Amino acid sequence: MSGYLADGLPVPVPSSDGRDAPYWEALAENRLVLQRCNNCRGWQWGPEWICHRCRSFDLGWEETEATGVIYSHERVWHPVHPALKDHGPFVIVLVELPQCDGVRVVGNLLGDPMQDLVIGTPVTGVFEHHRDHDPPYTLLQWRVD
Amino acid sequence: MRGAAAVAGVGQTTYWKWGQADEPEFKLALRAIMAACEDAGISPSEIDGFASYSNDRTEASRLAAALGIDELKYAVMQWGGGGGGAAGAVANAAAAIATGQADCVVAFRALAQGQFGRFGQGPRRNTISGANAHTVPYGLMSPAQMFAMRVNRFMHDHGVDQSALRAISLASYQHAQTNPAATMYGKPLTAEQYDESRWIVEPFHIYDCCQENDGAAAIILVSAERAADLAHRPTYVLGAVSGSHHRVGAPVHNDPLYATSSFTTVAPRLYEMAGVTPADVDVVQSYENFTGGVLMAVVEHGFCEPEQANEFFTLDNLLAPDGDFPLNTSGGNLAEAYMHGLGLTIEAIRQIRGTSPNQLRAADGGVDVSMMIAGPMVTPVSSVIFGSDATIEGIGA
Ligand SMILES: [Zn+2]
Repeated sequence: MSGYLADGLPVPVPSSDGRDAPYWEALAENRLVLQRCNNCRGWQWGPEWICHRCRSFDLGWEETEATGVIYSHERVWHPVHPALKDHGPFVIVLVELPQCDGVRVVGNLLGDPMQDLVIGTPVTGVFEHHRDHDPPYTLLQWRVD
Repeated sequence: MRGAAAVAGVGQTTYWKWGQADEPEFKLALRAIMAACEDAGISPSEIDGFASYSNDRTEASRLAAALGIDELKYAVMQWGGGGGGAAGAVANAAAAIATGQADCVVAFRALAQGQFGRFGQGPRRNTISGANAHTVPYGLMSPAQMFAMRVNRFMHDHGVDQSALRAISLASYQHAQTNPAATMYGKPLTAEQYDESRWIVEPFHIYDCCQENDGAAAIILVSAERAADLAHRPTYVLGAVSGSHHRVGAPVHNDPLYATSSFTTVAPRLYEMAGVTPADVDVVQSYENFTGGVLMAVVEHGFCEPEQANEFFTLDNLLAPDGDFPLNTSGGNLAEAYMHGLGLTIEAIRQIRGTSPNQLRAADGGVDVSMMIAGPMVTPVSSVIFGSDATIEGIGA
């Protein structure tokens, strides 16, 4: 086991249309990049081909600090995948990034799975590398500040 | 569209635990449609349209050929997964009749998971890409997990207790005890059993989650004029709408109005079309994929303020016939069967007809306005209001 969750879950690969490749490439370099419109400068996530505000196709990728606040959370008990069969409870958080127009990303909350989960708690990103895996990949996890 | 279409007949197969149906899915669909024809007292030859949802595998053209109908005039599938189309299929069928595109449309759903695999399981492959690549590697892969995140935020925002979810679950189980067709008939649930049951994902215990079942259900809609010639008390479609608010489908949980069940714009359109208000509604069936979705959907349909949820969602208040807000009166998805909500739609019709296993009392004037809410938290969602003949001349007309 090399990460927060047991090995054996499906691992992320860039979409075949290339839409989110810059995101995954940046995570491998300990950087968080998200989509930002080059026309209206609005942030958006998840990955899209068009800006939902100004409908520009000119979407760029911009780096942001991996800091946010817990927007919502859940403690998972029932294993819905064989790899998690004996894993025990774990925590998934939905993290809001106020510095990026409040877009949200999903990750795990590191630490005791029975810790108190409080909406609004500031959290910092932790890049969880799986460099020996084939294919290699990086997840963005979160830790309470 | 108000009052243009009416229910001719309803039909359902035996409801099975998932994987246990003794007949294939397509045959189950045929059996439900034939049962609905018999209930309506019409020949299958009269059918000229089919409406389904959730990527139903039973294709309209296959049904039309198998049933030997004269002419297929209407074949429509509501986009979206889960039960979001359980009222949308009725809306599409009613729209076809109201606009003259077809005269006799079946809204149906058929499910045989033994034949085709289960819901609620994570993907069994080595890699994942697209929007799911941003959730699945973190263990977020089942519907329960997708929706618990929304419900936790809603309960936090409005101070809702676990007891509200428990009441929704207990009401469905209790209503199933007088419904011999329910899969949980003879299997009552106590508050203690609920409290001690295992978590699936907080705040959902196992009893907050729908079953998975095999079976089929069908509703035949015709014009109001044609329905007047048929056997049953006419049950009109007063309003039926679907949709969702701004960017509900934004990937990776980026719906701007996140702590909702997607009905914030749908419910007002439903009331406007039906010409009724929440106070006019006699009884509600609200699709339980998970109890938390029922909680939010009932709030968004205007039956209670979110801050009142702890007082509103009590078992006594949700039970037929004495509660102020009888809910899921046949046992619903939790305890009757999970027909992706079409069973709840049929129960809404039974309440108007006076044939529910937990019929609201005639002493109360019977049921004139009956609502079904479909697929909270997915997109698009849908809901429908059925009315008795009294509503056609009465309230809001
Ligand atoms: Zn823009």
